[in-house]
Amino acid sequence: MSGDNDMTMRGTEDVLTQAEAWKAAGRQVALATVISTWGSAPRPAGSQLAVDDAMNMAGSVSGGCVEGAVIEAANAVMKSGKPAMLEFGVSNEEAWEVGLACGGRIQVFVEALG
Amino acid sequence: MQLSTLAQLRRDQAEKRSVVRSVDLKNGDETLLYPFEDTGNSELLEAARIAARNDRSGTVELPGGARFLQVFNPPLRMLIVGAVHIAQALVPMATLAGYAVTVIDPRRAFGTLERFPGVTLLDDWPDDAMATLAPDHRTAVVTLTHDPKLDDPALQVALRSDAFYVGSLGSTRTHAKRLERLAKAGLGEAELARIHAPLGLDIGARSPAEIAVSAMAQITAALRKGERS
Repeated sequence: MSGDNDMTMRGTEDVLTQAEAWKAAGRQVALATVISTWGSAPRPAGSQLAVDDAMNMAGSVSGGCVEGAVIEAANAVMKSGKPAMLEFGVSNEEAWEVGLACGGRIQVFVEALG
Repeated sequence: MQLSTLAQLRRDQAEKRSVVRSVDLKNGDETLLYPFEDTGNSELLEAARIAARNDRSGTVELPGGARFLQVFNPPLRMLIVGAVHIAQALVPMATLAGYAVTVIDPRRAFGTLERFPGVTLLDDWPDDAMATLAPDHRTAVVTLTHDPKLDDPALQVALRSDAFYVGSLGSTRTHAKRLERLAKAGLGEAELARIHAPLGLDIGARSPAEIAVSAMAQITAALRKGERS
């Protein structure tokens, strides 16, 4: 049940509500979205993480494994305004260090909210 | 994501529309698609339709490049008429499957809270209740009372709504009489043909729990495969 429900409105909605509130408060905001998964990825495609320029977070794209790296990318996206594609998984040396312990692979799209 | 897109998503959610946000992964360009309202048959729209039907966001490769399709569906609802024995089995199954369930039964003795913990119970007359609840394309309606006074008014509202599933308990014979009554009440052939009856898939169900399983399976097929028999 949790898998599919994460992809319908409820989960995503809360993240977007938070993102909107940050934006309304005059902060810069980036949205990271899981767009593809392979193997036993921790969160399904459609899962979102919102980050503001004070490093506040709402939602998740991996249940904590790669969020640190995503936040770094989100900061860059907020500054440049250009979207970025990130990939994490066992095939990626760096991602292995960041650690998707489940052995899955995910692609994360990061874009500015603006 | 543009703030204007987010504002539109909010309006769509309030209006209970199914909307799919399509993102061009090369440059972040986005468009909102309405796969059940737009009748077009472009590859993108078809992909959005499948994604929305399956509640599954994901990436598709199209001639113009990769697009991410993000699904925003209204919540699933199930409206059950009749706080009867089968309802006691169907309610927890539907809840587990992700539906917000409402049980409608004006007979107060039936709809007691102990029998349906954690579920919205309405003791309104079914046609009033149904008109208020306004079934949409993410709503399943199941009537279980066998009582024409209760089932028929609910069906009259349900069959004129966008409900993706309408099912009604009762034997073939009971159903034939029901169809006669509803035809007299002014419902057309196409509307009447939408009723799933006898209720559920034919799996030889006998007990209330088994009948609930067969109904839940049929509802799932209607939701995921778009079978609006």
